[in-house]
Amino acid sequence: MDIRLLQAVPSDTERAAVDAVLGAPASGWDGGVRVNARDSHLAYGGRAMRERRHELVPALQALQARVGWISEGGLGYVCERLQVPPAEAWGVATFYALLATSPRPRRMLHVCDDVGCRDNGGREVEAALVAAGGPAVAHEPSGTHMQLDANTPAWMHSPCLGLCDQAPAVLVTDAGDPAVERLIGRVTADVARALLAGAAPGADALANTVVPQVGDPSLVLLQRVGVVDPTSLTAYRNAGGYAALGRALQLGAEGVIAEVTASRLVGRGGAAFPTGRKWEAVRTQRATPHYLICNADESEPGTFKDRVLLTGDPFAIVEAMTIAAFATGCEHGFVYLRAEYPLANERLQGAITQARAAGLLGENILGQPFRFDIEIRRGAGAYICGEETALFESIEGKRGEPRSKPPFPVQSGVFGKPTLVNNVETLANVLPIVLHGGAAFAAIGTTQSTGTRLFCLSGAVERPGVYEAPFGTSLKALLKTAGASPRMRAVLLGGAAGTFLPAADTDFPLSLEGARAAETTLGSGVVMVFDDSQDLEAAVLRIAAFFRDESCGQCVPCRVGTVRQEEALHRLARGKTRGGAEAEFALLEEIGVAMRDASICGLGQTAYAAVESAVKRLQLFQGGAV
Amino acid sequence: MTTTLISIERPTRAPKKPLAFTIDGRAVTVEEGTTILAACRTIGIEIPTLCFLETLRPVNACRLCVVEVEGARVLAPSCSRTAEAGMVVYTKSARVIHARRLVLEFLASSVDLSTTPGMAELLAEYDCKPERYGPPKPHALAGERDAAIAGHHAAPDPDFAATVGQPVMVDNDLYVRDYAKCVLCYKCVEACGADHQNSFAIAVAGRGFNARISTEMAVPLPDSACVYCGNCIAVCPTGALMAKPEFDMRAAGSWNIEAQTTTDTICPYCGVGCTLSLHVQDNTIVKATSPLENSITLGNLCVKGRFGWQYVQPGPSADSATTRDG
Ligand SMILES: Cc1cc2nc3c(=O)[nH]c(=O)nc-3n(C[C@H](O)[C@H](O)[C@H](O)COP(=O)(O)O)c2cc1C
Ligand code: SF4
Ligand code: SF4
Ligand code: SF4
Ligand code: FES
Ligand code: FES
Repeated sequence: MDIRLLQAVPSDTERAAVDAVLGAPASGWDGGVRVNARDSHLAYGGRAMRERRHELVPALQALQARVGWISEGGLGYVCERLQVPPAEAWGVATFYALLATSPRPRRMLHVCDDVGCRDNGGREVEAALVAAGGPAVAHEPSGTHMQLDANTPAWMHSPCLGLCDQAPAVLVTDAGDPAVERLIGRVTADVARALLAGAAPGADALANTVVPQVGDPSLVLLQRVGVVDPTSLTAYRNAGGYAALGRALQLGAEGVIAEVTASRLVGRGGAAFPTGRKWEAVRTQRATPHYLICNADESEPGTFKDRVLLTGDPFAIVEAMTIAAFATGCEHGFVYLRAEYPLANERLQGAITQARAAGLLGENILGQPFRFDIEIRRGAGAYICGEETALFESIEGKRGEPRSKPPFPVQSGVFGKPTLVNNVETLANVLPIVLHGGAAFAAIGTTQSTGTRLFCLSGAVERPGVYEAPFGTSLKALLKTAGASPRMRAVLLGGAAGTFLPAADTDFPLSLEGARAAETTLGSGVVMVFDDSQDLEAAVLRIAAFFRDESCGQCVPCRVGTVRQEEALHRLARGKTRGGAEAEFALLEEIGVAMRDASICGLGQTAYAAVESAVKRLQLFQGGAV
Repeated sequence: MTTTLISIERPTRAPKKPLAFTIDGRAVTVEEGTTILAACRTIGIEIPTLCFLETLRPVNACRLCVVEVEGARVLAPSCSRTAEAGMVVYTKSARVIHARRLVLEFLASSVDLSTTPGMAELLAEYDCKPERYGPPKPHALAGERDAAIAGHHAAPDPDFAATVGQPVMVDNDLYVRDYAKCVLCYKCVEACGADHQNSFAIAVAGRGFNARISTEMAVPLPDSACVYCGNCIAVCPTGALMAKPEFDMRAAGSWNIEAQTTTDTICPYCGVGCTLSLHVQDNTIVKATSPLENSITLGNLCVKGRFGWQYVQPGPSADSATTRDG
């Protein structure tokens, strides 16, 4: 088909930024110079062009990184290069929070105002920024944000940046060539002011990733973090790295899966699905090729464990992916990495490059007839893209709208092919399983929850950070280890999709069955502590706003339900209830049940969980009674 | 260029085996691949739908058609979930009724459903009280929703319920877009795109409650890829997309469906010979459609068949619908 292209002309900079990702145009048909002898009587495009659609998001990201926003000329050029209808490309560009479709300054500060930062220094940072540079760029009536000047830095709010252990957090993005991105923690009002005034950002907060338990001999997943140089393959190998891959190749694909199954490892991404069963399902699919995806989108508020693994032990993830690919017959792997982790991107890219050079990725890995390589795809600011089917859509160059299941990813995933999706932490567990056997792994933890688990401690704790503990460790003990505030009032367990627990209810074993018995969920391992200096009702309002912001908007229960939920909470918080607090609580319950039962995906299905626990267990918003 | 690309493979036609399952306690046997909705229809069980249309790929977005499948954690969209042998389905369980009622309330409290056929009856049947979410917020200004930044929204106003209310877009002489009436069923996007027209003039933009149907940069239709086939109008379930003559007559209070007759004929313009249904009121053609079930058109037409019938008769509605220099 012919698509109608845009008339606006790209700048030379925009053209160069796009060409750097897509390569030079091949003909007059895709944005190049028209050579009549060649291009007049033949149309290029069709299937070959359609198969390039997955390059749409990287091309848009290139514009964003170089110019700071996506202009009509830039968008039009990408559409011409990839033969994507402009309306569709617009639909994609406007879906992602970190792609700007109206002019933005080259420097933007993305300031976390989420639950872990707002009461831990975030408000002071925000006040300083308002005083120095005016209000945040936001959704203002009729586009007041359109009047931004390219050279005057501006700031906007951001949901959790995955740096809650070093709150408050700011992501600085400087568009240009090269673009600069820095995730900065423990930001003070002075630092924020300086950044807004244009000062060079300091080093990434994670340059020296350490964990509170560093050196503890019982560590498994975290044993190398902060100990072994994460930028050196040699250091990784000297520390025992790549022994597991060698062992896996000896075991053979079925042998590896047998060990993983015997380990009774379950997914750490939230759904706790048995990993061995998933691998076996992918291995036995007849359709080819099979794809492997490491889900590193980590955007659940309060979660930062995957970031620590990726920056602190990136080779382990590369090795684990290689083993997973070997076991399930994948030749191509993606890491879908959240946009807000620039250092993880750098470290992972470094690890991939070194592994490739050493013959540990690519053809004939370790001399075997086994081929595998890894490509990093970066997110663009959308929590929903952590949901596996939304992630597929995003990789394919579309809006991150979850698909209806069935079909399940193991049958029909990215590009319609059998796909194995595993969380970063899940993959990290594969190494000890292959090295020491599934049975040894299953001996750790409880009978029903095997192995160790990473927990993200933040909020009112003295020693925030990622902790590794065997399943079955009591929450109380973990809180003590991290130095939870003696004035602790509540814990948010499992993240925004998890539950609030009153301080009195924090003595139970952290295992799947223990959490179930305590009517909660471990989710992504979030343990966020709130004490009496923090405004819990405000935190609940922020969570409600988060779900509204992050809903993809596809299905009615979630698209409208998250709005109605947030409205009811605001009425309660401001004492403006419709018919009294009890009526509002009943309404919230009705909304919540409909979202849980009728939404397409886990986002809508869990959007009421934290709110429900805040109302029922913490008895918040009781002041709303009129 | 298609929206589907490599990701979706059209189902291949395997030989269809019969399978048995139960709906509301009644045994049903259908061919493999039959949706729960289709199976319900074979035994006379009515299920409301909004985003489903036989001629379009299901998007499962509205969730009005949900049913309960025994053993499943969440409800299933009957319009796209295929029946499986031994499945036990309930179409009127308390969970189902609750979800449908809330979906209807969510829509009725945020969207103008005044021109959605059958909606008033449905809201009554499910005992919906959309007013309980608060009085509707005044309409947004023109362009305001289009300028929304993904992932950001203003704090809610406790005195109002948010809506998608915004001014009607009248930017051409053939049809209007009143997105205050849009339930975001995706049908128009599918009809304009890979399912039918392949013009890709419109797509869903933004996300969350600010998701909206839009041309690129929200440009007016005459600046977009739109070819005015009106195939989006034909599938729009709410009247958000409406041909100009109908829009004008409704505004004047002269639109009267009861007084209309429909006559099927063949489009006189070209050799394809699309079936044309002419909707006539007071001896004047007021609208042209094509039957959905027509195997040639599947309800689609081109700009000529859809809008080019004014020459048949002079008259007030023809005046108001004259194209271009109107
Ligand atoms: C809204 C939403 C967000 C999610 N975000 C993530 C994420 O950031 N990382 C992740 O690993 N899984 C995430 N998941 C879960 C994935 O869909 C999927 O279950 C998981 O990646 C599978 O890997 P696992 O079996 O190793 O846990 C999310 C799910 C939902 C519903
Ligand atoms: S539940 Fe929410 S995020 Fe998931 S598909 Fe529906 S609208 Fe999108
Ligand atoms: S009239 Fe036709 S081309 Fe125009 S938006 Fe509707 S379906 Fe697309
Ligand atoms: S305009 Fe009509 S067809 Fe298009 S999404 Fe809205 S309600 Fe559906
Ligand atoms: S980084 Fe701010 S809440 Fe997580
Ligand atoms: S009709 Fe089935 S989800 Fe809309």
